[in-house]
Amino acid sequence: MTGTAAEIVFDNVSKRYPGRSSPALDGLSLTIPAGTFCVLVGPSGGGKTTALKLINRLISLDEGDIRIDGTSILDLSPVALRRGIGYVIQQIGLFPHHTVGENIGTVPKLLGWPAARIRERTEELLTIVGLDRADATRYPQELSGGQRQRVGLARALAADPPLLLMDEPFGALDPITRARQQDEIRRLHREVGKTIVFVTHDIDEAIQLGDRIAILGEGGRLAQYDTPDAILADPADPFVAAFIGEDRALRRLALRRLGDVPLLPFAGGGPSVGSALTVRNAVSLLLEGGFDRLTVTGDAGTPIGTITLAHATSLLQS
Amino acid sequence: MSHASPPVIPHFGTASDCVLANRPFCSDWVRAHWQDTLGPALVQHVELTAIAVAIGFILAGGLALFAHRIRRAEQPIGVVATLVYTIPSLALFQILVPFTGITTTTVEIALVGYSLVVLYPNMAAGLNHAPADVVEAARGMGLTERQILLRIELPLAVPAVLSGLRLAVVSTISIATIAAFLMPRGLGYPIFVALRDPAPFKTEIYAAGGLAVALALVCDTALVVASRALVPWTRKGLAA
Amino acid sequence: MIAVLFDQFQPGTFIDALRFIGDNPGFLGQKALEQIELAGAALLIALVVAGPLGVILGHFHRGAGLAIGTSIVGRALPSLVLIAVFLTVLGIGFVNNMVALAVLATGPVLTNAYSAVDGVDRGVVEAARGMGLSRWQIITRVELPLAAPLLFAGIRIAAVTVVATAPIAAVAGGGGLGDVIVNQASYRLSGVVGASLCVMALSAGVWIALSSLEKVSAPGGVGSVRVRRNHHKELK
Ligand SMILES: Nc1ncnc2c1ncn2[C@@H]1O[C@H](COP(=O)(O)OP(=O)(O)OP(=O)(O)O)[C@@H](O)[C@H]1O
Ligand SMILES: [Mg+2]
Repeated sequence: MTGTAAEIVFDNVSKRYPGRSSPALDGLSLTIPAGTFCVLVGPSGGGKTTALKLINRLISLDEGDIRIDGTSILDLSPVALRRGIGYVIQQIGLFPHHTVGENIGTVPKLLGWPAARIRERTEELLTIVGLDRADATRYPQELSGGQRQRVGLARALAADPPLLLMDEPFGALDPITRARQQDEIRRLHREVGKTIVFVTHDIDEAIQLGDRIAILGEGGRLAQYDTPDAILADPADPFVAAFIGEDRALRRLALRRLGDVPLLPFAGGGPSVGSALTVRNAVSLLLEGGFDRLTVTGDAGTPIGTITLAHATSLLQS
Repeated sequence: MSHASPPVIPHFGTASDCVLANRPFCSDWVRAHWQDTLGPALVQHVELTAIAVAIGFILAGGLALFAHRIRRAEQPIGVVATLVYTIPSLALFQILVPFTGITTTTVEIALVGYSLVVLYPNMAAGLNHAPADVVEAARGMGLTERQILLRIELPLAVPAVLSGLRLAVVSTISIATIAAFLMPRGLGYPIFVALRDPAPFKTEIYAAGGLAVALALVCDTALVVASRALVPWTRKGLAA
Repeated sequence: MIAVLFDQFQPGTFIDALRFIGDNPGFLGQKALEQIELAGAALLIALVVAGPLGVILGHFHRGAGLAIGTSIVGRALPSLVLIAVFLTVLGIGFVNNMVALAVLATGPVLTNAYSAVDGVDRGVVEAARGMGLSRWQIITRVELPLAAPLLFAGIRIAAVTVVATAPIAAVAGGGGLGDVIVNQASYRLSGVVGASLCVMALSAGVWIALSSLEKVSAPGGVGSVRVRRNHHKELK
């Protein structure tokens, strides 16, 4: 497991907890290409956490196999496997008796890095996750919830693992902090290009973050695995359709910006809007103002095309 | 040593008016008998306590680790510890006499027993102090079970262990005074000697009793100070 | 080593001790009653004085220093020292011992009463105030029931402390089973050990009785919550 990103393959994985009638996961097969931001989403009890913890062997596999870059996780010792995987949980689990710096340096220290390199890496990570270098000597109890979450992320990234597992990392944050953290994890993903497996039960978060979304239904069944756009355009079954909501057309339009979609040729008329606006927001403006068209302007303010309600509708067909 | 019944105190030679009148506190007596009575009793008391707490600490630590490993053992050990704790000290000392005679061993066995049962519940609870999410995060990062114990669970148990140690030291100091009923050792002995007299000599009781209380308070304070240094992460009133 | 340890072992003493108990049930029973009387009186005084004080301090969230200080100093006072000191002040007999034991019981009662009431969820108290309960109603209907488990634990600790310490009072004319324990000259070692066994049984009995009483009387849910650690130890 070297390199910047790892490919993960779930091969017909099942898991049944002792004393439970229905399985937590049932024949899950899933390939997550290297570098993908994959979101596991689904209702409570759908087996998301189970799937995640199977990867780093916090939970043992009943059936099937999981391979990381072609190597079965069963061929590695759990400890060695885990040291190569970043792991972030909702409760964060920072060590209360270690400073922020010591928390971040945990895995590098286990791996025997020299102290100077650990210090350097810690400072680098604090900057990456948007914390102050001076925070390194503070104890976790002295930080806010959002700051702790960042430390948890930095700690998971410390040894530069090719794979990051995140279990509802933003579940306990207020909406504003949460949105900021979401932006940052996206940015981080673009910059470091790691494979991320991210668990949430919030479909909005899944759509916003994921390159690919795996929807797990009751009984640990994989209901659909595709890009957000494809899932919104074509839900595989009524369960998925209900889960993503009646407003899926709007959600789809929210995924695209005016500058990224084919527009009608510039025809004049209607108010001007920037190309960074999402199609959804353009539709909202059209409806709100009762306009029949909007002029889309490019970076320099020059018109680059026109959008109408009918054209937005046609975009959903593509 | 019946120095308290005036007017005749044969082996005391000259006694001051204060002693003869058995006034509440005769500092001259304390000064005169620091060398032959109070000082040695204090030293013996510290010895009795230190040995009992040290051995009790090791045994309780072993038991707590065992119970941490074998979870099913935790409750039974706890119940036995509680029952031992309820045994009146005077009774325990006497019950041990047929086994080990009137010896320091008897006294120490009883004292070790008490410090052990005070320390054990605190240590056992301390090892469970590490929150589940912290342990899960540690395991998820690839710490071995041994590393989790040594680097996470043991350090997080330190505050509970220290508060157990405070209790153990203070209660052992207290119980060790009763050991003097069995044999002439420790700060309890001058008190028992004084009590044997129909008109107990007050100075002796107050001086020896005061020393015992002072010893307990000094040890307690020292441990509080030590725990501030040992658990920096709980400073500023932050709960671990 | 073991041999040296037990070279004074006299197993016969225990048989004699049991025989002593068997031969003198009336006498030992009467001594036990004396001891319970002494302990009960002391506990009652401690409860009447320290209980309400702790509850009131806890209700107003005042006097943490007093409550904690009392418990620290209380623990540091050896029972023998208390008994001896009160003997010099009050003279030999029941009263001196009762007062000494009452002082001993004050620590756990006061500390537990204080921290039990002080620790009641402030949100619950505020909700009660919002619903229009008077101060008295808040104390009796909200705080006391919620504080009950910890309060009872304090009483239990105090009761056992007092019962277990009472034999020492015999050196100061306290009566009870201690009379036998401290008088080897009259009762020989077998009598002393026999009385010690009775004392042990008495204090264990008090502990067990009070623990069971607590379990029976605990209000639904309160105090019965046990914290269990979440285990994900499937793979080590
Ligand atoms: N340790 C366990 N023992 C027994 N059953 C378990 C255990 N952990 C999870 N389960 C069960 O397995 C199923 C899947 O649980 P899992 O935690 O994977 O769900 P999830 O999708 O993460 O849910 P949530 O969104 O609520 O976190 C649930 O029915 C759950 O009750
Ligand atoms: Mg979950």
